[in-house]
Amino acid sequence: MYPIVRKEKLADKIYLMDVEAPRVAKSCLPGQFIIIKMDEEGERIPLTICDYDRQKGTITIVFQTVGASTMRMADLSEGDSFMDFVGPLGCPSEICMEENLEETKKKKIVFIAGGVGTAPVYPQVKWLKEHGVDADVIMGSRTKDLLFYVDEMKAVAANLYVTTDDGSFGFHGVGTAQLEELVNGGKVYDHCVAIGPMIMMKFACITTKKLNIPTVVSMNPIMVDGTGMCGACRLVVGDEVKFACVDGPEFDGHLVDFDQAMKRQQQYKTEEGRAMLKLQEGDTHHGGCGHCGGDK
Amino acid sequence: MDVMKKVPVTEQEPKVRATNFEEVCLGYTKEEAMEEAARCLNCKNAQCMKGCPVSIDIPAFIAEVKEGNFEAAYQIISKSSALPAVCGRVCPQESQCEGKCIRGIKGEAVSIGKLERFVADWARENGIKPAPAEKKNGHKVAVIGSGPSGLTCAGDLAKLGYDVTIFEALHEAGGVLCYGIPEFRLPKQKVVAKEIENVKSLGVKIETNVVIGKSVTIDELLEEEGFEAVFIGSGAGLPRFMGIPGEQANGVFSANEFLTRNNLMKAFKNEYDTPIREGSKVVVVGGGNVAMDAARTALRLGAEVHIVYRRSEAELPARAEEVHHAKEEGIIFDLLQNPTEILVDENGWVKGIKIIRMELGEPDASGRRSPVEVPGSEYEMEADTVIMSLGTSPNPLISSTTKGLDINRRKCIVAEEDTGKTSKEGVYAGGDAVTGAATVILAMGAGKNAAKAIDEYLQGK
Repeated sequence: MYPIVRKEKLADKIYLMDVEAPRVAKSCLPGQFIIIKMDEEGERIPLTICDYDRQKGTITIVFQTVGASTMRMADLSEGDSFMDFVGPLGCPSEICMEENLEETKKKKIVFIAGGVGTAPVYPQVKWLKEHGVDADVIMGSRTKDLLFYVDEMKAVAANLYVTTDDGSFGFHGVGTAQLEELVNGGKVYDHCVAIGPMIMMKFACITTKKLNIPTVVSMNPIMVDGTGMCGACRLVVGDEVKFACVDGPEFDGHLVDFDQAMKRQQQYKTEEGRAMLKLQEGDTHHGGCGHCGGDK
Repeated sequence: MDVMKKVPVTEQEPKVRATNFEEVCLGYTKEEAMEEAARCLNCKNAQCMKGCPVSIDIPAFIAEVKEGNFEAAYQIISKSSALPAVCGRVCPQESQCEGKCIRGIKGEAVSIGKLERFVADWARENGIKPAPAEKKNGHKVAVIGSGPSGLTCAGDLAKLGYDVTIFEALHEAGGVLCYGIPEFRLPKQKVVAKEIENVKSLGVKIETNVVIGKSVTIDELLEEEGFEAVFIGSGAGLPRFMGIPGEQANGVFSANEFLTRNNLMKAFKNEYDTPIREGSKVVVVGGGNVAMDAARTALRLGAEVHIVYRRSEAELPARAEEVHHAKEEGIIFDLLQNPTEILVDENGWVKGIKIIRMELGEPDASGRRSPVEVPGSEYEMEADTVIMSLGTSPNPLISSTTKGLDINRRKCIVAEEDTGKTSKEGVYAGGDAVTGAATVILAMGAGKNAAKAIDEYLQGK
């Protein structure tokens, strides 16, 4: 069992948890992810590592409630445990590897974090700061109430630019618009890392391609085992089929086929909706979902 | 009774079992087992044993069954096999022990597999377990993967007194026995979990949720965690796809994904959160045991299922019994046919599959006649789900993170056939990680050989 030692609600529907998982905390690096399973009946849910404490043996995860499983997860409290917690999975971020440090130091790096994408961006920026590398961060969200980790990010970023789609805080607009403004104002970047919802990463890549900034994205497709066995997470990068769990999760954003990846992400939408309905309505559910037969 | 024929075994009616996940074959009763055992000629130079990758003393255990001494029969089997209830169910007996049975020359071979299963089931129901080692020797060995090869290797080493820890990447022990082979062929709670309990009762520890190469490396196990030898039984890896247009569409799955969702993640049970695509018309591409498993699973979830295979029935790599069961249940076999394209609708979902007819040409390297396309024979079939069951290629997680571990051209770990010895001192390997996708029993044979070699290595140190 993997106990939850800290739980915080960061924003509407966004939660943070520190989970005790010593083996993972000992070996993980920024860019990698874990898979969590709540109990016997739960799904295996992949989540990017947001922070880690090697001494305490804990991993910080941040998640947004999007389906039945994440809603059940949000109900857990400090002292509760996850049945399963496995990782670190996937490859570490190339810019956060000791052996690439000399190369990384030469780069002018900008991160674009969208929504919960802030969580996986944070450990990378923190690692870079600890290794003497400056990086700018653009952190965007739909509205002020959904922002989180602003102070933490400010502490590790060279410059932090916060944006909201509705203008309720910081720059009024999306993160990529902020990037364009910075570049037009004379800022020079030669490496971009964009992490967030697929649609945001897609548009970030369209912009950075225009601005000629090589861009790395972190893909979060549907997964089952996360160790290269099931092939659910396959995506097309350039002309090749890649498995996000073992080849990724980070890829050259200018080569990723986002449209296909987004379609594949919809694959279990109806099934997820059904599970959500079952969870919300419990025993009171009697039909209407079109599957249970309750309305026949 | 006709001594030339096997005592028939009771099975669930095809029509009934096509709608449930209960076991298909119900196994022999005591009386049936004893009657079948009486057909054994008790050959002095037993050919059947030569066909068994773990060399079970087959005539000896059958002689005990004949007399009704089931516990004695169990002890004979468990000297050689850690997983008899599994092997009795999933071994390809027709090409192994039963394939060599002298009875089989004129009539039907003795039903060795069904007898093994009976003995193992009887022992389980009567609470009989294998005997643990009397004395521990204090040497620590790590086993990577809790599938058939890992469990066998760990069990054998524990019997010799070793302190064995198995590291499993998934949340449940069993490897392919859990995620791959379906419930209706190999019950998880009743059979697999109990066999794993037996291995544990020998003193083997199992640590789940540890991905070797990621959570910890083999070098760290050897240098920091005090293990003196390692056996790699990590299994096969990444699923293969055909590389035809439309393969990334929604509704196209690897057999591994489809089976894992259903078997390990129990999508077929309502109380589990796992989603699965049930499909109404499913095409399974491939002709191996995994293809049969995927097809029969899709059928049970309510679909019309076609198996599309590019060669003819004679070349189907699946066990004869699986093909027979699949046909009985209503799986449609479209043989000598091969997909050329998956047709996709405007929302990115599978709507059909384009198929070309094949004919058999000259034998290829594997000795099987290679299929050749029949020009102009393409046609389209409607389908909403396609399951690719084309085998796997090795997983790089271990080979890429272990210093001095050689892999071959096909990226499989290089290991000596008789010992499992790899290029790295103290590290042994076996099963699919070495051979590429094969059978449960071959993996067990490799685990067994490696256990013996590891014992010799550590005793000689």
